[in-house]
Amino acid sequence: MNELLRTILFLPRQASTIADDIDKLHYFVIIATMGGALLVTLVGGFFLFRYRRTAVQKDPSRRVLGATHAIWLEAVVVVALFGMFISWWVIGFWQFMAIRVPPENALEIYVTGKQWMWKFAYPQGASTISTLYVPAGRPVKLILTSRDVIHSFYVPDFRLKQDALPGRLSTLWFEVKEPGRYDILCTEYCGVSHSTMWGEVIALPPEEYERWLQGEAPGPDVAGPVDLRPSAVLDYAPAEPVSMVRQGELAAAQHGCLRCHTLDGTPHLGPTWAGLYGTTIPLEGGGNTRVDEAYITESMMDPLARIHAGYQRIMPSYLGQIRPAETSAIIELMKSLRDVRPKPGAEAPWGTVDVPETREGRQ
Amino acid sequence: MSQATIDADARPDPLGVGAEHPDYLRADSGLRSWLLTKDHKRIALMYYVSVVLFLGLGGIFALVLRTELLTPEQTFIDANTYNQMFTLHGVTMVWLFLIPSIPTIFGNFVLPIMLGAKDLAFPRINLASYYVFLLSAIILLGAMLAGGADTGWTFYVPYSTTSPTAVTWMGIGIFVNGISSIMTAVNFIVSTHTLRAKGLNWHRMPLFVWALYGTSIIILFATPVLGMSLILVALDHSFGLGLFDPRYGGDPVLYQHLFWFYSHPAVYIMVLPTFGVISEIVCSFSHNPPASYRAIAYSSLGIAFVGFFTWGHHMFVAGLSEFDAGVFGALSMFVAIFSAIKVFTWVATLRGGSISFATPMLYFLWFLFLFVFGGMTGVAVATQSLDVHWHDTYFVVAHFHFIMVGGTLTGFLAAAHYWFPKMFGRLYDERVGLLTSVAVFIGFVFTFLPQFLLGNAGMPRRYFTYPERYQWLNVLSTGGAWLLGVGLLLALLNLIVALKWGKRAGPNPWGSRSFEWITASPPSKHNFEETPDIARSAYEYSLSEEVAHERAKAR
Ligand code: HEM
Ligand SMILES: [Cu+2]
Repeated sequence: MNELLRTILFLPRQASTIADDIDKLHYFVIIATMGGALLVTLVGGFFLFRYRRTAVQKDPSRRVLGATHAIWLEAVVVVALFGMFISWWVIGFWQFMAIRVPPENALEIYVTGKQWMWKFAYPQGASTISTLYVPAGRPVKLILTSRDVIHSFYVPDFRLKQDALPGRLSTLWFEVKEPGRYDILCTEYCGVSHSTMWGEVIALPPEEYERWLQGEAPGPDVAGPVDLRPSAVLDYAPAEPVSMVRQGELAAAQHGCLRCHTLDGTPHLGPTWAGLYGTTIPLEGGGNTRVDEAYITESMMDPLARIHAGYQRIMPSYLGQIRPAETSAIIELMKSLRDVRPKPGAEAPWGTVDVPETREGRQ
Repeated sequence: MSQATIDADARPDPLGVGAEHPDYLRADSGLRSWLLTKDHKRIALMYYVSVVLFLGLGGIFALVLRTELLTPEQTFIDANTYNQMFTLHGVTMVWLFLIPSIPTIFGNFVLPIMLGAKDLAFPRINLASYYVFLLSAIILLGAMLAGGADTGWTFYVPYSTTSPTAVTWMGIGIFVNGISSIMTAVNFIVSTHTLRAKGLNWHRMPLFVWALYGTSIIILFATPVLGMSLILVALDHSFGLGLFDPRYGGDPVLYQHLFWFYSHPAVYIMVLPTFGVISEIVCSFSHNPPASYRAIAYSSLGIAFVGFFTWGHHMFVAGLSEFDAGVFGALSMFVAIFSAIKVFTWVATLRGGSISFATPMLYFLWFLFLFVFGGMTGVAVATQSLDVHWHDTYFVVAHFHFIMVGGTLTGFLAAAHYWFPKMFGRLYDERVGLLTSVAVFIGFVFTFLPQFLLGNAGMPRRYFTYPERYQWLNVLSTGGAWLLGVGLLLALLNLIVALKWGKRAGPNPWGSRSFEWITASPPSKHNFEETPDIARSAYEYSLSEEVAHERAKAR
């Protein structure tokens, strides 16, 4: 039944763990929609025929002026209809929450949209263009942003999409059922080559994914049809990947973040990054917020928007100064410091990083 | 064909409204008397000519787009041209056809007559609004020649603020267009409040008046927001103002909120007038009062109101919080309910009627299917988890074309046929009318039904080239588009031919009770010899035509 309806409705493969459920709602909604439209039209057509003027003139008893007694029937139908719509909404919203909230143990990968390609950065240091490698059978969380205009990351086989916005981070998660290749399309119009901003997801068996992360090219026998021509050449994980945490340290040093923030819990001008990620902090002027990717990005791009209570309004904006890849790397750095307990007086780990003398290389 | 037609022909002037005065077409002559006229009927005709012209232009753009999509690779235009073409198609269709068409043509023509008035409240503003409209069209189409714009009709930032194209002019053009809309809306609202004939209380008014009233309210509240947002985009584009552009600390999602805060209600601006037309036609041809006058009248206001609280359903994957998405999804369901009430009431009105079947009724039948299907798919896309897959794919394209082309265009065609005798005093050829209507319907279904499937299969919208697996559905769609084009052209020809060779209509060829039919067809310059005094509702089908006329007549 599933296969039959899926084929009739031209839906692609159900490659992610949520696709089946979403499709079930899809079938129900589409069948009800088509049925409803046909029913109304048939009833209308039938009335047109039955109460046609010539017939009514022959049999005037058919004529009912001002058919107001239909109101009750109407009320019942409207209430029933409303009940149906609301039930779609309840299920749809429930599924939406499932799509939106990633499981705790999800693997994280950073995605940057750029006219007209997708760039992927893996916390372990690998980076690829247009081809996203993921392990099958494990939840994967994508953290998306854009370098220029709005793009939208869409994998039809997963029934998933999410906009990638410049200056913001948004997230998406999925779990691929089987190893294979799946198309990535951009669904937010982004300029001349919008329609060729293609990519593909390659889901590997988990062990092979691990080996790939170590710099080994994946086997050629990844299943699945491809009829996409990725718009940029794919580029394998480098032989010696530099982890994103390490890249983050470098970026934080270069951009002068570490002049105010510390990594080991020592108090300084800005909040220390040790143990900061994931906590809830009080905000100046009341309220509080969770320190997550979105808040961290906001603090870099628009620092005065929400100030951590007790700190001065001194942080400059890094908007346009810092590349999205660096933003992601800094976030990774902060995540790696989650469990660092403040150790006042301890030596700062960034001592290991060469801070360039000049401010070149900042762009 | 229809019984009513023949009746009317046999009795050229059964109501004795006579033409002591020449009709408005002949009352004055010379180009000046047209271009500077303050007569709402002549202004309506000027709009008619312009709007049909723009529909033709928009249609040509559409055919170019569809023809390009015949093959997966480039067919005959390049990507840049394609992108500018779909922008211009959208802009032309939305602001130069869908929004103005029914109100400015048929609303302008019949609203004062329906109210028993000699003209709108502000005839000069009415004329001015026409020229402002024309100016906006010149700016928009001129911008196309001067570099064009390739952002789509939604002008999403930061693409629009960084695009090197004539976005600024487009913004200004739409702003000017909005001014014209607002002028018309104010005119309609004031006229409805102040110019109703003696005895014409709110519950006696024709339902078309209610629909125009609801539309005007939406225009009044929503259009300024859009006008300002696009001016801000223009400023961002030209001077780097930085409200929406993240490079300057702006927020692109804020723009989407502002845009949809207008443009969601705007889709109802496009379709509410159609509801009015359909109500008139259903009652007139089934010779029955509406099954529930109040249900139809008030649901227009309901749509106008709730339509303002659902804009977020365009942004489920744009970074809206889960909570907001939930609220907007739930509120969207209410809009659908108001539309459903209307649909059921129309169908119930048919029941027990005495239905003469003519071209407008056939359009009504098409409307019923296309609108209900389009509306139900609207509920489908308002269901969040499903919309995640459908958003920005051809499914959405199909959804809104079902409603806007299937709803508003069929409504427009129905109105064009229905009020044709009123406007020109002649009858079109019924057989050709029915035939072209069937062609339009079949063409339409072939154009847009495959697009639902394309959306399911995952084809994103605004694609110049596409993966090969989507091809055959695209071919179907393109074929349908050509058939639709031919159908529309033939419908137009049929009406043009009837202008000169059609049979004389008589004042009330359909046997309607609505008030515009108590004047001569075509009406004289001032509509009525004396202000009428109305002692019945617009749907008094229990009275014979003569008695009904007596009760709604100048005394
Ligand atoms: C009067 C009838 C309607 C009209 C004229 C209309 C028109 C439109 C238009 C023009 C769009 C596309 C905008 C764009 O992205 O370019 C659209 C999208 C949408 N409509 Fe409707 N619509 C109508 C009824 C409904 C109803 C009753 C619902 C829901 C209950 C609905 C829900 C939606 C949703 C959720 C979208 C966004 C889909 C997406 O972008 O993913 N619509 N509609
Ligand atoms: Cu893109």
